[in-house]
Amino acid sequence: MNEPGTKIQRWTPVSSSFTSGFGLLIVALAFVPVVMGASIVQDLTTLLILVLMAVMWNALAGYGGLVSVGQQAYIGLGAYATVWFALQGVNPYWGMVLATVFCALVSVPLSFIVLRFRGAQFAIGTWVVAEAIGIYVSFDNQLGAGTGTSLSQLDSYASTTREHITYWLTLGMTAFFVLLVFALLRSRLGASLQAIRDDEEAAASVGVSVLGGKRILFILASAGCGAAGAMTVANILFIEPTSIFSVNYSAFMIFMVLVGGLGTFEGPIIGAIILYFIQKQFGNDGTWYLIGLGSSAIVFALLFPRGLWGMLEERTGLRFMPVGYRVKRSASPHEAGP
Amino acid sequence: MSFLELEDLTLRHGLLEAVHGVSLELGEGEVLALVGANGAGKTTLLRGLAGAHRPAAGRILLDGRDITRMPAYKRVHIGIALVPEGRRLFANLTVEENLRVAACNPGRGHWTLERVLEAFPMLGPLRRQRAATLSGGEQQATAIGRALMTNPRLLLLDEVSLGLAPIAIEAVYASLKAVLAEGTTVLLVDQDFTRAAAIAHRVVCMLEGRFVLEGKGSELTREQITEAYFGLGRTVETTA
Amino acid sequence: MNWVNDVIQGILLGGYYGIIACGLALMFGVMRIINLAHGDIAVLGAFLMYLLLQHWSVSPFIALLPVLPTMILFGYVLQRLVLQRSLRAGILTPLLATFGLSIVIQNALEQSFGPDVQSLGGQAGSLVTAAWRINSQISISALGGLTFGAAVAVYAALQLYLSRTPSGRQMRASAEDPDTAELVGINSRAVYARATAIAIGIATLGGLALALRSTFSSYSGPDQLIFAFEAVVIGGLGSSLWGALLGGIVLGVAQTIGSQINPEWSVLSGHIVFLLVLISPRGGLLTLRSGRRAPASLPQAGT
Repeated sequence: MNEPGTKIQRWTPVSSSFTSGFGLLIVALAFVPVVMGASIVQDLTTLLILVLMAVMWNALAGYGGLVSVGQQAYIGLGAYATVWFALQGVNPYWGMVLATVFCALVSVPLSFIVLRFRGAQFAIGTWVVAEAIGIYVSFDNQLGAGTGTSLSQLDSYASTTREHITYWLTLGMTAFFVLLVFALLRSRLGASLQAIRDDEEAAASVGVSVLGGKRILFILASAGCGAAGAMTVANILFIEPTSIFSVNYSAFMIFMVLVGGLGTFEGPIIGAIILYFIQKQFGNDGTWYLIGLGSSAIVFALLFPRGLWGMLEERTGLRFMPVGYRVKRSASPHEAGP
Repeated sequence: MSFLELEDLTLRHGLLEAVHGVSLELGEGEVLALVGANGAGKTTLLRGLAGAHRPAAGRILLDGRDITRMPAYKRVHIGIALVPEGRRLFANLTVEENLRVAACNPGRGHWTLERVLEAFPMLGPLRRQRAATLSGGEQQATAIGRALMTNPRLLLLDEVSLGLAPIAIEAVYASLKAVLAEGTTVLLVDQDFTRAAAIAHRVVCMLEGRFVLEGKGSELTREQITEAYFGLGRTVETTA
Repeated sequence: MNWVNDVIQGILLGGYYGIIACGLALMFGVMRIINLAHGDIAVLGAFLMYLLLQHWSVSPFIALLPVLPTMILFGYVLQRLVLQRSLRAGILTPLLATFGLSIVIQNALEQSFGPDVQSLGGQAGSLVTAAWRINSQISISALGGLTFGAAVAVYAALQLYLSRTPSGRQMRASAEDPDTAELVGINSRAVYARATAIAIGIATLGGLALALRSTFSSYSGPDQLIFAFEAVVIGGLGSSLWGALLGGIVLGVAQTIGSQINPEWSVLSGHIVFLLVLISPRGGLLTLRSGRRAPASLPQAGT
């Protein structure tokens, strides 16, 4: 299909240097506990969890067209599974990894229920599942029922050691899932997901497995949110069903992705950083803070659907993470497409 | 001043230009047949006139008034009605509801539910039936009736006989004569050139988005039409 | 005999769910959007009535008189200013915008009225306590009977409106094919605004029913949305108007029977019935037909 004079590009010089930069960034972040104080380590842990949540929600909505209002199901499950594994005598940190795997496994049968829904129905369908799981967990006396439970097994670690391990594990999990999404988008599956997002029926008619692609994203996002939940309990040590299964997590994810840029790779990360600073500044203002988040979600959805990163990309043509393809014309500078 | 004027009208589907700057004048009460091969831009032109497709350039004037940017539903109120390709009936509404839902401009014209059912006698017994259950000919009759319920001054008919049995085409054209008797201005698109030319005062042939041949229905020869239709005589240019 | 009473109470509760589901089903049927702020809007209506009753000691039904038109107007404006814009931008945008709206309404209510739970039951007088006792086990509360009667009336009125009036016919035509509706002179934006106004008016009635039969707080909205959605899906996803009421009744019965087994199980058993209906081969008590058709008739961006 290549016309003479056109080249299909994946890596631009900027993007390849940025990708190696991303690797360097992770290595640099890994050294933070060695040189920085405890409060910075804890703040960064919180930020990394936000990044992980945003990237997972974007994987669902931005690449699969699946708007979920129920990802808190996996955040809660990941957190409670961590506590449960710890109760069984598993080392809590290994428990967090197991909890992540557990969330992936749970999402497989659930995907057969909720993926029957499309569009808006999927949004509430996932929400009902989250509610049901939340109620079910609140019946379990071993897990503290409605009043909550703490991950007391972490008390055997010195607090600095605990914070450092939690930070490193969060960094590892976040980097792992971000790179997984990156790899997924660059694989064959990425191309078919793109096709599904552009036109589901057309994609199905040329043999793209629409449901298969969506299921993989759904499982991936469940595992990622499970990891975020496990990291949350490690970070805050105490959880209760109403807050860890709260729909507010969905509000945060939607805010981060919409403001950053739905369907862009970099956008959710930008959105997470923005939310992190807003939380730090206004998080204590409760209702006003949430009113602000909700209004920004409306404004961005209606007026700036491409988000901050999308707008920047449009203006400058910059693209750091090469997940898409671009056609380079050597003959004419005229850009194809609207 | 003409009743309908198109000035350099250009219509695009994305990057594809379907109609390239065509100009046309149509007098009140005139019947014009638009012929041409598939993809010549006929349907797009009609949808552009009805307001379902926004022009990229050029102007549309009705009674000298610029309506290029007017939304489709408002054009219906000033008297433009389209019978779309494929009929596009409201499948879950009954025949009568399909007709009634279009009833606007009651003060203006001649058409009421009773008159439409008179003009299309086949619809009478089907009044309470869901449109989805109708045959092709019955659907086409309902679609034309629905357009008439808006009391149009300009009736745009797209692919009247497409997909219909010969006997149904006969019936639809027989009823159309009743419409023409009202003096309504009609722009008609049909693959069946002979039928279209028989009721038209004027025939315009479209090829690749341009008008390539124009003449009185009775004057044009079959050869001229065939040439224009397939683009054999590229030198023939419209003078309109 | 106790079971008979449970089923009767469940049916009456289903009347409430039917009212809450009605507006959601209407908006889904006409515009193919699910308003994620639907429950919060019902609660907003309840709070407006609460606000009036703070200043005037009248019956909550009198308080409904000024609140209902206010909410209908709110629905009209909401459609014109927010939802219409979001419809043009594809499938995801209305969801995200209404979710944002839901967060805003909840927290604005929390900011204005505080975290306390409220109820209008106290101002409704004997209506809340009166009951029609059939025998020692079965009794029908006046409020439950009234709510159920109101639900049937709302559905019947909507049915009449949609099938008998020109405006209702236009709404059905726009729901089926908005582009063609425009070609026969229907202003689909005006039709959509009318649909949202009606939906929110009905949600306000639901808000009153909620406020009379139980307590509510600024964060009660999401639960009402979920119940409404479950009723709509169990009833067959807008494939028929009365389906949502039927779905509400199924949900109400499931919750009442669940709570008899274990008081904590009320809501969960509703969720479980919903999920069971969903995974059943037919997926919905009536059909999933219009659910499958949905994406094709959703307004697409661009073209």
